[in-house]
Amino acid sequence: MELTLAIAIGILFGSGVWLILRPRTFQVIVGLCLMSYGVNLFIFSMGRLRMGAAPILTKGAEIDPSRYSDPVPQALVLTAIVISFATTALFLVVLLASRGFTGTDHVDGKEREQ
Amino acid sequence: MSLALIVALPFLGAFLPGLMIRSGRNACAVSAGAITSLALVMLGLHAPAVLRGEVIQTRIDWLPQLGLNANFFLDGLGLLFAGLILGIGLLIILYARFYLDRRDPMGQFYTYLLLFQGAMVGIVLSDNILLLLVFWELTSLSSFLLIGYWKHLPEGRQGARMALTVTGMGGLAMIAGMLILGQIVGSYDLSVILQNKEAIQASDWYLPALILILLGAFTKSAQFPFHFWLPHAMAAPTPVSAYLHSATMVKAGLFLMARLWPVLAGTPEWFYIVATTGLVTMVVAAKIALFKDDLKALLAFSTVSHLGLITMLLGFGTQAAATVAVFHIINHATFKAALFMVAGIVDHSTHTRDLKLLGGLRRAMPITFAITTIAALSMAGIPPLNGFLSKELMLEEASHTVWAGIPWLLPVLATIGALFSVAYSFRFLGHTFLGQPRSQLDHPHDPSVGLWGAPAFLTLLVVLIGLFPMLSAAWLIDAAASAVTGEAVAVNIYHWHGFTAAFWMSVIAILGGFVLLMLHAPLNRLWLATPRPEAKRIFDGIVEPLAALARGLTQRLHDGALTRYFAIATVAIVAAGFAAFLGGAHSPGLRPETPVEIVPLIGWFLLIASAAAIVSFHRNRLLALVLVGVIGLIVSVGFAYLAAPDLALTQISVEVVTVILLLLALNFVPKTTPFESTRLRRGRDGVIATLAGLGSGALIYALMMRDSAFPSISGYHLANAKTEGGGTNVVNVILVDFRGYDTFGEIVVLGIAALVIFALTEAILRAGPANDRLLTWVQDQRDAGDRHPLMLVVATRMVLPVAIMVGVYIFLRGHNEPGGGFIAGLVVAIALVMQYMASGFAWTEARQRVDYHALIAAGVLIAGAAGVGAWFTGTAFLTSDFGYVTLPPLAPFELATAMIFDAGVFLTVLGAVMLALASISRIALRAGEKVNTAPYDTDLPDGEVR
Repeated sequence: MELTLAIAIGILFGSGVWLILRPRTFQVIVGLCLMSYGVNLFIFSMGRLRMGAAPILTKGAEIDPSRYSDPVPQALVLTAIVISFATTALFLVVLLASRGFTGTDHVDGKEREQ
Repeated sequence: MSLALIVALPFLGAFLPGLMIRSGRNACAVSAGAITSLALVMLGLHAPAVLRGEVIQTRIDWLPQLGLNANFFLDGLGLLFAGLILGIGLLIILYARFYLDRRDPMGQFYTYLLLFQGAMVGIVLSDNILLLLVFWELTSLSSFLLIGYWKHLPEGRQGARMALTVTGMGGLAMIAGMLILGQIVGSYDLSVILQNKEAIQASDWYLPALILILLGAFTKSAQFPFHFWLPHAMAAPTPVSAYLHSATMVKAGLFLMARLWPVLAGTPEWFYIVATTGLVTMVVAAKIALFKDDLKALLAFSTVSHLGLITMLLGFGTQAAATVAVFHIINHATFKAALFMVAGIVDHSTHTRDLKLLGGLRRAMPITFAITTIAALSMAGIPPLNGFLSKELMLEEASHTVWAGIPWLLPVLATIGALFSVAYSFRFLGHTFLGQPRSQLDHPHDPSVGLWGAPAFLTLLVVLIGLFPMLSAAWLIDAAASAVTGEAVAVNIYHWHGFTAAFWMSVIAILGGFVLLMLHAPLNRLWLATPRPEAKRIFDGIVEPLAALARGLTQRLHDGALTRYFAIATVAIVAAGFAAFLGGAHSPGLRPETPVEIVPLIGWFLLIASAAAIVSFHRNRLLALVLVGVIGLIVSVGFAYLAAPDLALTQISVEVVTVILLLLALNFVPKTTPFESTRLRRGRDGVIATLAGLGSGALIYALMMRDSAFPSISGYHLANAKTEGGGTNVVNVILVDFRGYDTFGEIVVLGIAALVIFALTEAILRAGPANDRLLTWVQDQRDAGDRHPLMLVVATRMVLPVAIMVGVYIFLRGHNEPGGGFIAGLVVAIALVMQYMASGFAWTEARQRVDYHALIAAGVLIAGAAGVGAWFTGTAFLTSDFGYVTLPPLAPFELATAMIFDAGVFLTVLGAVMLALASISRIALRAGEKVNTAPYDTDLPDGEVR
């Protein structure tokens, strides 16, 4: 499973970088979305993988930390997901503003000879 | 604590004038004055103890590992300087109130002034040289703001820049010198350094440290050859000149030399560098001052000259000379501040400061004339005023100091300096007030008491110290000089010393100065005929090429091509990662691979296929969005599979909102992307993207196959979630309890992001090019023009209460089961967004009772209040408490204060998401959305379409 997940993260990250390197604003935002998936999965995986061991404690039982998956990266990623939403929304408005003020959706704010 | 408070007070109070200006100029000035007075009173409370010889200390650990502590101490020298800074500061505040024009932004002025004052007080009270350096740089920055206060004047801006460049460079050198000093002694505390004279002077590093520190002091105190910035700083408003160049900024260099005098002085190196520099500065600047026609330029060079005099005295390295230096610091501050203010008054009432145009003002401005006479005569060193006392003592010291084996050199040059000083002082007085007016002046008159009050008070001090030096100043000089020299000093100042060498030197200076002034006209012609180095041109000649070089480099590196920056950054990061992995030591990956099951594998294929499809078909933007949605869905399912139910819930709800947002925005950009990159460019990007993907994938794989190098902190969170946080959902407990402070910061950021989105939308919708483009927006796809389906409208309205109920449920169970404020906020937001989608913006907005801004504010405030609540139980911010409540007929349930915090999170998330969506919807409305503009209700008569 580790290898599969690592490949997925690599592909998400690589695709994100590719899109961010495109010269149009829309692609940059889509690229950022893909990159944030990759980054979130990356941080999450830092806690090492475990299936079926959600960090929800069983009531009344003795707590054995080794029986649960790592909750700290999960808490980090939860906030990261919400913040990346905020960033995406912010960039969207920046995109609209840039398009509105310059009349182009090129990332440099002007059409450029390639 | 009180010393730190004296330093902090001007900084804290700096905001007041900026706010009080709304209540008028008087309130503004009074607020600045009140702050300064308060600091002065607090200083005064310490004065009796300091004068008894005690040293007051305040120690606050800041970064003890670096030796950087907020330590302050107050001894005689600190008391003298802090008193000058705050006392003259108070007079300047009074003067500036009446000096500044109605059009000048007075709030800004007092804010800058207080910032500067705080930095100066910080320098003189610091007991830690690193802290002193911080304040030192702060004076450079705040004086930059003050000198450039009249932003519309190019001279003001250039003068400010020159002052900042010169003093800033000196400051940099001084940092190095101070660090060396700290290394020699092994401590950065001044009180420790001052005990280590032998160690410092014996060190090989003594000379480098001395030179570097003196560079800082000389640039600040405008010593030759760095004196040229000071006259250019005269473009500042006169109150600034009076403050910076009489009592504060330029005296900071002197203060530093006096402060470090016990450990640095007394060596031949010190004598030859400091005394010579001071001597040259004194003579050269006094000569230039005589030939300056601008009142303020004359005073500027005179200041440079007097600073040289004090530097020279400190350079002599004897206790007696240092004591005279302290005395002259006091005297110079009194008469020079008064004279600067007089220059401002003359400028104010005659609209010129040119000595070639002024003259004969004694009748029109008698009060100003009286003030000037006393102050100028003191500057000239005429008995019995205070300038005479210290100058006589200076000549006395110079008369028996031998320079490089030549006994006559110092006395002769000191006499020449004094002679010029007499000449320009008389010229200042005579050419302004005596004789006949040299041009038609527009009704010169004495100003109101507000303007002449401050200089009059200072001249009163000039007379008092002059007549009764033992009564009015000796106690302060004793305390300060004892602090400088490290030995108890008891001065005995009197007017008549008999027919000593100093007496004859003084007589020569006064008579010679008088003769020189008589010969001013021919001498001035000679002066104008001889070539002189123009400091500003030389300075510009050095700075301009450097600036051009920096500009060229910046423009080359920052050519505005975003993709290029990103490509360079990515390559650099990937290279650094590979280098670190290959160069560093790490254990082999020995963790067992988790088995792969078939269903997750199918999801994995879907994800990879979608990503590949986005890369291939990203030009079709709608398709790209759909694929992003697919990937998001798989990621959330993946989180659920990998034992992270909270993440799964969050990801899926964020996914919905993000896709809706992206769809809304897609409406305003072209639906397809042109095919524009060259093959080469795409090849390059492909390589970079592949490297980045490979790097990140390989890195996380390597990490997952190894155990962490340090024991994880997760065990603690798992073990204590129930007992300390009162919840069984450990992720939620971490968010609202263990790491509640982080979460608090995060919701603040979220709220700010939403507000920025709102503000940007406002900017787009304001009249301008963006708005014009929206109004003339032509869809590149034809609208269907249909109203929204009735079924959807009805369904969403029926679902709304249910959805909100679900949200509440998710919120309430969050502490123990997957859920919580973040997810609940997103779920409720989706329910509301559905209303926008189904019934249109107008309908929904008309029914919206609570403002989204208010939701964000309420959320942050509630979360903050939950945190502050912990203070009342004597615990730290955001410590939570919980207990069990029994409410018949319900089963006992648990209530934690963390729930209140989580409610704040809930409201902020809801408000932020809705504000972002509503803002972008408003753009759609402006662009002329044709359907659903009017409220769409189910009870419309048949066939009626709005």
